[in-house]
Amino acid sequence: MTNSRTRVAAMKAAVWAACLVPLVWSVWRFVRGEASVDPVEEWLHRSGKTAVIILVASLAVTPLRRLTGWNTAQKFRRLLGLFAFFYAALHLGVYLYFDQGLAWSFILEDVTERPFIVSGTVAFLLLVPLAVTSTRGWIKRLGKNWVRLHRVVYVAMAAALLHYTWGQKADIRDPLIVGAIVAVLFGVRLSYWARKRAKR
Amino acid sequence: MFFKKKKPWEFIASSEITPETHYVNRRQFMGASLAFAAGAALRPTGARGAVERLGRLQEPEVGDVTYGENLRDELNSYEQVTTYNNFYEFGTGKEDPVRNAGSFRPEPWTVEVTGEVHKPGTYSVEDLAPPSMVEDRIYRLRCVEAWSMVIPWRGVGLREIISKVEPTANAKYVAFETAVRPAEMPGVRRPILDWPYREGLRIDEAANELTFMATGLYGRDDLPNQNGAPLRLVVPWKYGFKSIKSIVRIAFVEEQPYTTWKASAPHEYGFYANVNPEVDHPRWSQARERLLPFGRRETDLFNGYTEMVEHMYRGMDLSRWY
Repeated sequence: MTNSRTRVAAMKAAVWAACLVPLVWSVWRFVRGEASVDPVEEWLHRSGKTAVIILVASLAVTPLRRLTGWNTAQKFRRLLGLFAFFYAALHLGVYLYFDQGLAWSFILEDVTERPFIVSGTVAFLLLVPLAVTSTRGWIKRLGKNWVRLHRVVYVAMAAALLHYTWGQKADIRDPLIVGAIVAVLFGVRLSYWARKRAKR
Repeated sequence: MFFKKKKPWEFIASSEITPETHYVNRRQFMGASLAFAAGAALRPTGARGAVERLGRLQEPEVGDVTYGENLRDELNSYEQVTTYNNFYEFGTGKEDPVRNAGSFRPEPWTVEVTGEVHKPGTYSVEDLAPPSMVEDRIYRLRCVEAWSMVIPWRGVGLREIISKVEPTANAKYVAFETAVRPAEMPGVRRPILDWPYREGLRIDEAANELTFMATGLYGRDDLPNQNGAPLRLVVPWKYGFKSIKSIVRIAFVEEQPYTTWKASAPHEYGFYANVNPEVDHPRWSQARERLLPFGRRETDLFNGYTEMVEHMYRGMDLSRWY
């Protein structure tokens, strides 16, 4: 028992370390004067991509568990979800502070008029309640509704993918690859839901 | 040199080109940025590592600058100019060109001049831009992605080249084409854009005094590969993508030529692509720009070159002809 517990703790530490790599890398490059000539663009891209990748990883947990029977994976889901939110918040922060210089009139115009920015904003706003209700207390309080609420993550993911795609000038290969992975993960989920229904 | 005739835009006070408030904002912004990064003494100087791998370049002095004297204070460094490039033939990332352009061979090089000209033919770079004629010009380069850099180019006015090849009266437009070499340009192995990269100008735009064919930068005669060796266009009042790189073909034509970005996304990129803070890109605002690395300024109509170019667009609806 203790053995498996320490193993889980060690794996959690590894997930933490892996998730922190993009942030540490960005700071390291900047401090050493090796950041891109346009650090703001570099930070925007890295934080956005990282948020998307970790969010996909969090969505992969349940399908992975079901396909492989490796139930320990479930223990990393919240951590991954919260890290995705953390990078999404960093991404938003870099946009507001470094890219826009907190010029609210411009930001308001962006957020309301440009589909590219609207999609990103929607994705972030949808992640907020999910992050807030990720605590044990909220899970208990919401009961069955917690699961329902957290299905919103797929909507947030779709909005994020749209934002990612619109962020490209011509080469949309990366968002397409991520989109295909998300589609497979969603397909696995759907097939389980369908089977569950058929049993009833 | 006894008298250097001042160009009209050299009389513009630098405070007019970059209002003082922007300077102040820029400082505050930079201060805040640095404090945020908790490394005030460690301002990034660009991807220095990448340049050193190219063989420890010396930072040269700008020589006899005849254009854009007022931009001198804002010059971006040689490292910045040569390590942050949009040159999709070498990859779509800004640092891909410096990484991938090393095996590109800009010598020997010929440019095919065709179409409505009295002297068509195959020209060498020296034919088009004789070393005795090159001059240095400082221009602000405003990218359609809403960032800008100030760059000291070396080269010749495109009008010199035009008068050399003698266009006929039928020449209404000039079309340019970039080299396509899959073996040396990893980016062209995938159909990200419809290669070869093509750009064009109206003949009066091409003959404008500002339009420049660069063969070097920062007082040096050699243009780094990632900046468009051995010769590239510089059209300072238009978005950067008009300034086509590594040109192998110049055609004088009657009809408006095919241009790559317009064909790729016609609702986002037009033939004219004049810098205009009033005409937004559908996905982002063009009202302001990030002056790399951490500056910020309000974008000027025609990138601040209004006086030299506005006569060409009189009566044109610039939001329609974007």
